[in-house]
Amino acid sequence: MSVPTNLRYTKTHEWLRIEGDAAVVGITDHAQKELTDIVYVEPPQVGDNVEAGKECAVVESVKAASDIYAPVTGEVVAANTALADHPELVNEDPYGQGWLFKIRMSDPAQVDELLPPDEYANHAGE
Amino acid sequence: MTDTQEMLRVVGYSSLDAMADAVVPEMFRLRRPLNLPAARTEQEALADLRAIMSRNKLTRSFLGRGYYGCYMPPVIQRNILENPGWYTAYTPYQAEISQGRLEALLNFQTMVCDLTAMEIANASLLDEATAAAEAMTMCHRLDGSGRNTFVVSPDCHPQTIAVLRTRAEPHGITIGTELTPDTFGILLQYPTTDGVIRDYAPLIGRAHEQKTLVVVATDLLALTLIKPPGEFGADIVLGNSQRFGLPMGYGGPHAAFFATRDEFKRQMPGRLIGVSKDAQGRLALRMALQTREQHIRREKATSNICTSQVLLAVLASMYAVWHGPDGLRRIAERIHRLACRLAQTNEPFFDTVRVGDRVVALDETTTDADVNRLLEGRAPSRPSSLGFFARTTPFLTHEVFNRYHTEHEMLRYIHHLESKDLALNTAMIPLGSCTMKLTPTAAMLPLSWPEVNGLHPFAPRDEATGYHAMFRQLGAWLAEITGFAEVSLQPNAGSQGEYTGLLTIRAYHKQRGEPHRNVCLIPVSAHGTNPASAVMAGFKVLPVACDAQGNVDVNDLAAKATQHATNLGALMVTYPSTHGVFEERIQEICALIHQHGGQVYMDGANMNAQVGLCRPGDIGADVCHLNLHKTFAIPHGGGGPGVGPICVAKHLAEFIPQHVSAAPFGSASVLTISWMYIALNGAAGLTEATKTAILNANYVAKRLAPCVPTLYKGARALVAHECILDLREWKTRAGIEPEDVAKRLMDFGFHAPTMSWPVPGTLMVEPTESESKAELDRFCDAMIAIHGEMEAIAAGKVPRDNNPLKNAPHTAQVCCADKWDRPYSREQAAFPTPWTREHKFWPAVGRVDNVYGDRNIFCTCGPVA
Repeated sequence: MSVPTNLRYTKTHEWLRIEGDAAVVGITDHAQKELTDIVYVEPPQVGDNVEAGKECAVVESVKAASDIYAPVTGEVVAANTALADHPELVNEDPYGQGWLFKIRMSDPAQVDELLPPDEYANHAGE
Repeated sequence: MTDTQEMLRVVGYSSLDAMADAVVPEMFRLRRPLNLPAARTEQEALADLRAIMSRNKLTRSFLGRGYYGCYMPPVIQRNILENPGWYTAYTPYQAEISQGRLEALLNFQTMVCDLTAMEIANASLLDEATAAAEAMTMCHRLDGSGRNTFVVSPDCHPQTIAVLRTRAEPHGITIGTELTPDTFGILLQYPTTDGVIRDYAPLIGRAHEQKTLVVVATDLLALTLIKPPGEFGADIVLGNSQRFGLPMGYGGPHAAFFATRDEFKRQMPGRLIGVSKDAQGRLALRMALQTREQHIRREKATSNICTSQVLLAVLASMYAVWHGPDGLRRIAERIHRLACRLAQTNEPFFDTVRVGDRVVALDETTTDADVNRLLEGRAPSRPSSLGFFARTTPFLTHEVFNRYHTEHEMLRYIHHLESKDLALNTAMIPLGSCTMKLTPTAAMLPLSWPEVNGLHPFAPRDEATGYHAMFRQLGAWLAEITGFAEVSLQPNAGSQGEYTGLLTIRAYHKQRGEPHRNVCLIPVSAHGTNPASAVMAGFKVLPVACDAQGNVDVNDLAAKATQHATNLGALMVTYPSTHGVFEERIQEICALIHQHGGQVYMDGANMNAQVGLCRPGDIGADVCHLNLHKTFAIPHGGGGPGVGPICVAKHLAEFIPQHVSAAPFGSASVLTISWMYIALNGAAGLTEATKTAILNANYVAKRLAPCVPTLYKGARALVAHECILDLREWKTRAGIEPEDVAKRLMDFGFHAPTMSWPVPGTLMVEPTESESKAELDRFCDAMIAIHGEMEAIAAGKVPRDNNPLKNAPHTAQVCCADKWDRPYSREQAAFPTPWTREHKFWPAVGRVDNVYGDRNIFCTCGPVA
């Protein structure tokens, strides 16, 4: 299970990376393994306002449809359009090309409430 | 020793009664025979039913409104409708042994796409009115802007409008008649219910300008002659495929169709057949996008549609295969010519015209003599042209619709598809919770009688007195069996029954001045359709925990019922539980709900363990639905029709909604099957069947216990009518999952049990009373042999990724190929038991690639990229 040290995590298995005033969001390596082959990603609409802890996207494998929760509050400023034709990127490169969406954060302090890598690794290993 | 005695010995009881006493809790055990007529012989039952149904008056119907006379081609009637190879199959979840009906359903989808000129179509819905309701909620979701008005043209069929009113209310949707800025969607009928063909393009243009979605309800036969809705901007197109050879049957069952734009495919309700490939890279069909289904989405589901009308969709598709585009056009042109002789209008029409003060709908069965009679001496009108509305684009150009136009070719095509599918005429289908019991052949015969299948659903009551007499008897029998006061036969699927029952409860609370009672408690072990139906009926779903034995956690239930006492609306509970156990505390659970002002809805999925032994009404439920396609012998049809009547206690009788299905008595014609089943068995036979079903499940559980233990048992270590086989340890021990066992069972000639439901990592077996000891032994022998193969993997004798289970199922092509490089023999692959050497059922394709199929959605016939 890969848990990069430069990211923050949620208990619901999303990761978050800061890029200026925006946060890039995806699902963790652990999550993609649990879900097995991803066949579809329903990203939030650009311009949507999302709230920390609330569902805002859906990731589907052949076995399950899973809600994705926004790690922080803010406005969606980009969604990964490559996933429409290549949902497998979430499996192949969950922390890179498999990113889901970007949020312009309304309260960057929320990031401090997210799990650091070691705590997430413990949580996912349970 | 008889088989029954031998099985009782294995289970550890001296008699069926002693076993039943140990399984069913005494406190609500029914200690008297059901008050039902005595069992009849097949001849007596058929004669009695014929006497009842011959009271129906068969007159030529000109009523239209979505239902038309037509002829089912005899080659289709004899070889599909009357053929257990087609009508006893289950929903095609196990794609490898379902390629025949999957192909027929792909043909159906292709036919609908072609005729409507839409990009994607599903494999059918229950009826036109509920399809329209699904379209309404789909538009509401797609719109997502908060607009709340759905405009329904007054030109729509009245039954569609009535069902939309029922369905809109729990969603807070208003039904309007004029396009306004608040309109999120609009429904038009084309041609109108009175037969007029209108130019909708300007209205659709205005709707699209304000991002309002447009739904067009239409008629497939008309579309062979007139411009299809896809060519004038429709976003969703739906209707009834009944006139493609399906008998009117006083309302059904029929297959509704539903088509939309490719971009909306993931919001489309119902089942979708898609093209994928198998393990060898060959083309293989499967049900696509399964993760959208209610059983996975639960309370997040956007539809409670669980089944489709597979048998009816297959029949309709075969009508198109048989007639082809030219044949269909000829049928339509003939009807149109006859209508032209009658017409007294300048408005364009297809088959329905106003004659004097009545609207007259003509159809495939209309004759010149009929038209002369309708003319009443008037001179016939001149032929008219469809002019502007004439269809100019081709349809049904695919080879399958242009190849089988001689009876021999057609006969063989039908048989070819049938032979790819494993139905009950090959082997037992041990699907837990599905009750794949025998449908007595005698019970199927009445479906082919004209006095059963010839009536229009809106025929005057005095022409349908036979039907109503049959409804009264069947209703009274079902009321006695469930211990309730009133029955509604209208819901045409189990999910519809759930929905109808919950609306009944909702109306009851409303009437008592408690409309806020909208919390519905549902155990986590419930089938996913429960929460989906509850959401559709306007309830808020709260899950209730289960304990380690799989029973409802009464403490959690009590806590939630107390916490939500003010708003408690209902509990939905399955009995015996989905874990296959008669919970001892069920009465306490019902009392708890009543004490806090709620009503108890009992899901009838497992009624096959109750009939004659106990009754939902006596246990304390207020309403239950029955799956006539499970407990009362209506065959599964390869994935529909279902029938889900509801039975309610006296205090709820007045609150049963009147318009949940298009037809007032739902799928009326197949009710004759359940009538026959009960008449043939009588009270004693039905009770004996229940005990035998319980014995069979316990026998399988006992025989398999040494290798595959049963997960949950009741108080005296017995199961009810099904058992959950625990395979969870094998994931780590051998890398084997239930899917691998399911696919390997195909090599032994069996359909898999229910996979990973209600517990992941398990297989749920429901043998039903219809299987003999010999068949149960055959199944157990197959499971024991597979268990041996699993042990060999666990012991490292066979690789984890290259073994008979992971490579299953094995096709003839694979086993007979020149190249064989597997660490087990061809014989073990294909002929693992004596019976497979005597009669081998070959899976048509290898393991189907689900991931490829869902990443590359392709849902019509044609070359695959």
